Amino acid sequence: MESVAAFFAEYGELLFEGTIDTLVMTFGATFIAYLIGIPLGVALVVTAPGGLRPHRVLNTVLSWVVSIGRSVPFVILLVALIPITRLIVGTSLGVRGAMVPLVVTAAPFVARIVEQSLAEVDGGLIEASLSFGASVPQVVSKVFLREGLPSLVRGVSITFVTLFGYVTIAGTVGAGGLGDIAIRYGYQRFQSDVMLVSVTLCVIIVILFQAGGDFLVNRIDKRR
Amino acid sequence: MITFDHVSKTYDARRGEHHALCDVSLHVNAGDVFGIIGQSGAGKSTLVRCINLLERPTSGRVLVDGVDVTDYSGAQLRELRKGIGMVFQNFSLFQQRTVVQNVTFPLEIGGVAKGKPRSAEAMRARAMELLDIVGLSAKATSYPSELSGGQQQRVAIARALANNPRIILCDEATSALDTRTTVSILSLLEQINRELGVTLVLITHSLAVARRICNRIVVLDEGRIVEQGTTTEVLSNPKSPVTRELLEFDGLASANRFGR
Repeated sequence: MESVAAFFAEYGELLFEGTIDTLVMTFGATFIAYLIGIPLGVALVVTAPGGLRPHRVLNTVLSWVVSIGRSVPFVILLVALIPITRLIVGTSLGVRGAMVPLVVTAAPFVARIVEQSLAEVDGGLIEASLSFGASVPQVVSKVFLREGLPSLVRGVSITFVTLFGYVTIAGTVGAGGLGDIAIRYGYQRFQSDVMLVSVTLCVIIVILFQAGGDFLVNRIDKRR
Repeated sequence: MITFDHVSKTYDARRGEHHALCDVSLHVNAGDVFGIIGQSGAGKSTLVRCINLLERPTSGRVLVDGVDVTDYSGAQLRELRKGIGMVFQNFSLFQQRTVVQNVTFPLEIGGVAKGKPRSAEAMRARAMELLDIVGLSAKATSYPSELSGGQQQRVAIARALANNPRIILCDEATSALDTRTTVSILSLLEQINRELGVTLVLITHSLAVARRICNRIVVLDEGRIVEQGTTTEVLSNPKSPVTRELLEFDGLASANRFGR
């Protein structure tokens, strides 16, 4: 018991700050990735063959951009983007430095997740809304995004957990957070207790977020 | 009210062209309950979708109220569509919206009454009025998944009426329903035709449905009109093999005939 108290007296603040940094990076990157990913995903669905406004060239270009973005491994991106990161946020270190590669890797991922969710929306509903004289923006906002909402929220959970993993990786090259703590203390200094606690914190965060997402989906989904 | 002048619709399929409609000419009068009869794949859905241009004819003209609408697009097309309600075989209700929100949908996207956007309360009041007509005001705050098929179709009919259309298109509106529910939905459509003066164009493969509600019908086979006239004329003296075939099946199914 005393050793537990001693452990938290020594590492409590470090772990707390690491947790906050990790959460800030994950939430921040998820949020910005959605700001970019939703329009991209909508554009992919709308311009697809048989979509509301089929556009072969635009659709192909967007699809390629998204696929290329998704194919570069995150670790490579993390290092390769350092000059660009410095240009945009002024540093490649810390929470701010991690945001650029996180968003670059997450936005195409989100675009695909959003595309998937919107493609699931019943085509009969799209046809019905068109038959009532809805315009393309109205079909997107009132039908695609609204009917696809439960699936979109499910996508947010998936994105969050995936990004959480990336944030941990980013921690190893100077982003800070729980990943950084686990590597520096747990691995490099052989402090298994620090390693164990940081990993436990990671597990708890992921489980809580996933459960929260599932709960929300059940609340908002009105299909039986 | 609706005129088709030599309308054809051809799809480019991988293995050559598919002629969904061949040289279809017809006229629907105001106040008609106009039936389009035929087997699956006869082109009924394509025909009805050429009226609100969800499908665009490859050749020929479509006239609504004497105006050629074939080349309508953009705002003009959306305005046309707002005056034509549509009801679908699988109801096509928005699953994440309540019953009353489904009915306000056409109002939200901009009613025919232009200029002044309607307030949320005004739209809701209008929707409640319509739900009253279809006998579902008690279910206003339910979700479609909580309703039976017949109730869902009633909501869809209320939704189709929202913008005071002069025409309602029914695409196999009763095909997913059992006989008793079919009869009640047909009565509702009849009432709407009679009391609100809405012209109905309805697709069906059931002669029993056509006999029950339509005053005029066309029989479609492989994209061509093979017979047309008043329902009594066509059904009492069928000339085409397709009509006879449909009648024969209708005779077999007479055990659950709806009758007059």
